[in-house]
Amino acid sequence: MSTMTTPKSAGLSRREFVAAGIAAGAGLVVGFYLPHRGRTSKQVFSPNAYVRITPDNKITIVVARSEMGQGIRTALPMILAEELEADWKQIEIEQAGASNLYGDQTTGGSASVRTTWDPMRKAGATAREMLISAAALTWGVARSSCTAQNGSVLHAASKRQLSYGDLAEKAGTLPIPTDVPLKQSKDYKIVGQRLPRVDTPSKVKGEAVFGIDFRMPGMKYAMLSRCPTIGGKLLNFDDKESKNISGVSYIGKVGDSAVAVVADSVWGAMEGRRLLNVNWDDGPNKDLNTAMVKESLKQAAAKKGASLYSAGDVSKVAGRKVSAEYELPFMAHAPMEPGNCTAYFQGATCELWAPTQVPQDCRDSVAQALGIDPDQVKVNVTLMGGGFGRRLEHDYAVEAALVSKTAQAPVKVLWTREDDMRSSTYRPASLHQLSAVVDGAGWPVAFTHRLIAPSISGQRGQPGPNGIDPDLPDEAAFVYGLPNISLEYVQTETPVPLGWMRSVYALQVAFANESFIDELALAAGKDPLEYRLHMLAQNQNQNKDQDISFFTTTWHTARMRAVLQLAADKAGWTKPLPAGRFRGIACFACFSSYVAEVVEISMENDTPRVHRVVAAVDCGQVVNPSILEQQIPGGVVYALGNALRAKITIEKGRIVQGNFDNYAPVRMEESPVVEVYTVPSTEPPTGIGEPSVPPLAPALCSAIYAATKKRIRALPILS
Amino acid sequence: MADITLRVNGSDTKVSVPPETPLLWLLRDTLALTGTKFGCGAGLCGACTVHLDGAAIRSCSTPVSQVAGKSITTIEGLGANGLHVLQQAWITEEVPQCGYCQTGQIMTAAALLAKTPNPSDEEITRAMNGNLCRCGTYERIRKAIHRAAGGTTTAGSAR
Repeated sequence: MSTMTTPKSAGLSRREFVAAGIAAGAGLVVGFYLPHRGRTSKQVFSPNAYVRITPDNKITIVVARSEMGQGIRTALPMILAEELEADWKQIEIEQAGASNLYGDQTTGGSASVRTTWDPMRKAGATAREMLISAAALTWGVARSSCTAQNGSVLHAASKRQLSYGDLAEKAGTLPIPTDVPLKQSKDYKIVGQRLPRVDTPSKVKGEAVFGIDFRMPGMKYAMLSRCPTIGGKLLNFDDKESKNISGVSYIGKVGDSAVAVVADSVWGAMEGRRLLNVNWDDGPNKDLNTAMVKESLKQAAAKKGASLYSAGDVSKVAGRKVSAEYELPFMAHAPMEPGNCTAYFQGATCELWAPTQVPQDCRDSVAQALGIDPDQVKVNVTLMGGGFGRRLEHDYAVEAALVSKTAQAPVKVLWTREDDMRSSTYRPASLHQLSAVVDGAGWPVAFTHRLIAPSISGQRGQPGPNGIDPDLPDEAAFVYGLPNISLEYVQTETPVPLGWMRSVYALQVAFANESFIDELALAAGKDPLEYRLHMLAQNQNQNKDQDISFFTTTWHTARMRAVLQLAADKAGWTKPLPAGRFRGIACFACFSSYVAEVVEISMENDTPRVHRVVAAVDCGQVVNPSILEQQIPGGVVYALGNALRAKITIEKGRIVQGNFDNYAPVRMEESPVVEVYTVPSTEPPTGIGEPSVPPLAPALCSAIYAATKKRIRALPILS
Repeated sequence: MADITLRVNGSDTKVSVPPETPLLWLLRDTLALTGTKFGCGAGLCGACTVHLDGAAIRSCSTPVSQVAGKSITTIEGLGANGLHVLQQAWITEEVPQCGYCQTGQIMTAAALLAKTPNPSDEEITRAMNGNLCRCGTYERIRKAIHRAAGGTTTAGSAR
């Protein structure tokens, strides 16, 4: 038996860098680098790290974010190809591994398009301008008489044309311009088109290589037995029986709370692990249970929190006060592909093949764990069978590297579904205290939301400035322009490992805000749509919108009104429903986008059945409508599973749920028809991966109230 | 260890593995047919679906000993000559997002169409309900099956 150490990686995770960058107002320039990689040679024209053009007329565009289903390998190259005036058919895509050339490569926060919109456009435009210059020099004509289109430069007067491949060598000799013109959206030929995703054919043929599918000669498979109690440690283990399994080649401790079994097949590693006899020190949380978590949130509610937003003075408003509490449980991401990573440690270097949202964090954490320089760690980014935030962690990569080092072989560490469910990081459980003061007509004149929840970043030693979790600026905005508002965050502690799960705190905040607004509207005898539109209306005296400044983002009430009205119109909000059908509405703004949803249900044996969801979205310029129409329903169905059943509970310090039987996602029989409508916009593009998640639960609970007069204030609905 | 002979994608294949090994790991680790996926290991998600003598089964819960002498079709063998009509429909309807579950979805759908060439919505739901998709592609899966059914005059799996 040999031992290894697993240093707990410290410092800001990549996800936090994105969040912190946005909070600091630098969000839109994160990753804003156009580094010259110095690779331009006779054979390759590469004015920056994102694009290479070769004399054989091949254009390679490098994607520095990770593909987890959101279509990023298609969307980002479309942006560059647009400015390049390339022929889409000649584009080849290359996935970047961890690198320092591309800024922060974290794929999260619905940020890939919104933070690389400028760098990708400038990268393409720079190459285009140099290719035009190369053509003008070749022909000896004025630069202004040449135009780029469809992968060539044309000289209309002489009807001459040279392909980008023809021009690559000369373009590579020219100085790189620093200030290049960008196209106007009215001239777009690629951005805004329904181009098929580049990764679809390989995925339907079974040829796509996800992390779990990567193979290399001599590769072994490892399963880890991890301490089942949160914060517990390994005492000792007996591996006599495990060693009898054919193909088991190595068994050893990993860090201080796991044992690895390495074999020449997954099944051998699974059987070896099953036969391990391990004694655990259950540690300080051996009595932890869900009731204690709820109690700790209630206790913390007595504390004063940090102010997220304040307008007027809610404490001085007279009138009728209404209040309600909402609560949400821990939830698990549960992507279809369980955690895995392949690592090959060879003396002083380590190479990884990782399905990861954080290649740079994997590199740095593995280097730290192995005690080698980050330059000696190469991270290859594979396709991912879903991410939803689970792969913002680097645990699987560090495990693989450590096991490869001690087992002295290339090793794929594979997690089972139960491993993934029980040794994960979880959406924080939360408690929400909402109150309002309403006037005689039932309109709110004061609104208070106290969010009581542990901090994901805080748990990692980065609680954020002024005790405000760095995610909240992107996820906790209140866009209604009321005269008195107080949004407060009470940061709590929990030993339960926390993670960023699709839409992060926006799910909890929207459930509380929008459910409460629905309650206020109905109590006032008003239509929930009209109630919201009234609160979002222009100030009557000044005749202008009451836009909301929330940290560094300005939220536009007009844009929120537009998505609400669009969703309502398309859903036929004012038209009567057939007997037995009911509907609810909600809206939310997060990740710089605005979404409203109308949910239509019937009740079957006290269980809501969602038939139709109409989603209206304002996400600025749409890069690829076809991908948008995948992402929005995807978020809706994910949110429906969260709302109906997602609940991680704890008994004796252990996660109770283990597989898709007791943590049951939505299946086809429960999946609604989702209609997607967008507000036409030429504003810069904003997030689409997460913003359709938050409005679903409150809209659904509003529909359930319409059907049953029963108000749901705690998720999941079917608990 | 046991020597087991089975037919995989039309080829007779002899393997030597412990007889209780789930077919999934034989396909993935021994035969390098990685299009068949591991999702739950308990027959709950359908990512590992393959055909056993034409019927959709969960390879994660099927020991190799049970398939000796039988014929297995995986996603790699589904389209005998190029793409299966379902694979083409999946491309046309742009079904996959992450794509991880889709090979299992297609294998289940292929077994459905082999028996029920023009399935109703209810028949599709009943057949596909065991296949989970965390990206929420269910409605596109439904459309793609209808599209494939409409375009197929002779039913079914290519083998």
